[in-house]
Amino acid sequence: MTGEHPDFLWRSPEPKSSYEVVIVGGGGHGLATAYYLAREHGITDVAVLERGWLAGGNITRNTTVIRSNYLWDESAGIYEHSLKLWEGLEEELGYDLLFSQRGVLNLAHSLQDVRESARRVNANRLNGIDAEWLEPDAVAEICPILNVSPDIRYPVLGATLQPRGGIARHENVAWGYARAADALGVDLIQGCEVAGIELQGGRAVAVDTSRGRIAAGRIALVAAGHSSVLAGLAGLRLPVQSHPLQALVSELYEQVLDTVVMSNAVHVYVSQAHKGELVMGAGIDSYNSYAQRGSFHVIEHQLAAALELFPLFAHARVLRTWAGIVDVCPDASPIVGLTPVEGLLVNCGWGTGGFKATPGSGSTFAWTIAHGEPHPLNVPFSLDRFTTGALIDEHGAAAVAH
Amino acid sequence: MLLIPCPWCGERDEVEFSYGGQAGVAYPLDPEALSDEEWAEWLFVRDNPKGRFVERWVHTQGCRRWFDLVRDTVTHEIAR
Repeated sequence: MTGEHPDFLWRSPEPKSSYEVVIVGGGGHGLATAYYLAREHGITDVAVLERGWLAGGNITRNTTVIRSNYLWDESAGIYEHSLKLWEGLEEELGYDLLFSQRGVLNLAHSLQDVRESARRVNANRLNGIDAEWLEPDAVAEICPILNVSPDIRYPVLGATLQPRGGIARHENVAWGYARAADALGVDLIQGCEVAGIELQGGRAVAVDTSRGRIAAGRIALVAAGHSSVLAGLAGLRLPVQSHPLQALVSELYEQVLDTVVMSNAVHVYVSQAHKGELVMGAGIDSYNSYAQRGSFHVIEHQLAAALELFPLFAHARVLRTWAGIVDVCPDASPIVGLTPVEGLLVNCGWGTGGFKATPGSGSTFAWTIAHGEPHPLNVPFSLDRFTTGALIDEHGAAAVAH
Repeated sequence: MLLIPCPWCGERDEVEFSYGGQAGVAYPLDPEALSDEEWAEWLFVRDNPKGRFVERWVHTQGCRRWFDLVRDTVTHEIAR
């Protein structure tokens, strides 16, 4: 992108009294859904309602890791679809996302890890996803500052590599989608909290908001950690629990890490942003919370893991820590599709892995909204899998704990 | 960091405890009588309130006993 950055990337219209589609939640997935509804399906009578400001939630609170090296076919399908969209997204949106395919390493620290990694690499390849197994010396070549010596508590026994994985600048992703959706006629309405969902004869027909009643042909909830609260307005209980997921950045340093390193066993994932911060994250806090903050011991544990793997980081200082509220399903896989309430759709449960899925989630969910039936890639992620038992258990399978 | 009052050991650091989720979810009296939908509801669906929550904790590294706690999921304040 060249030239001066514009003062405004989108309009701030007053909400109309009625839309064909109302999307509740102005985060990455909601904005992407709106964009693909307008772009792919010609549905432009769309409002995105955001309680706070656009991209104030998880889309700007994640650690920006992008990959598709999931074990199960269903997950591989949607995450690889997403990664393919990432690969053309800057051109499509005409907006710089600092998308960098610098490769993602998933470290193995035990014999079990090694076997699981080999299985995952093979599964990935069968699904057409780039994946390699690397011995420790090859890992050290890619990431020289990683401690691969055998005398640490959990030595690095090797790693999987997805070369096409990487990072992107997350707020640009939200702004890029917002700008493009706005240009196609979508109304992005901030400071608009949904306080009620109006049902008529069992069908969701309108939302009651802090800016008045808005009727809708279809209502799509894309609210991550607040999905349970919103679904509850329509009398719907979701198999979702909200937890804090913390992350941190260091002060700015010269570039020392040009790939993404993830370790499930000692549990930390780290990359270095273009600006120079080391960006780290780990697992969720155990307890339910809507607080966007977590407990310090979670930070302490991930830093201990990071220091053992990267002795150089002992010199680094933490600049900021924060949390987002992630919505976790019992099988650590998302729910994308229709609900028992007619006219009401839901896209939630992305848990700790939603950022990478933003394009794929938005594009398939838009298809699902437009067609009134699940996109083929969404079928396995329907709400009824909890009744049929066809869970997609990515807890331990997804290369890092979800 | 939560300071959790164990009913038997007193206030201890959160790291001594493990979380058990929503309290008061009883095992169905007659599981075989449940439909698939009812079974899924019992197995997978829990309350997820924004605000007051009655939840289970176990003092894993202390007395190892389970207890109920009332905690606010927005402020993290524990009712005493």
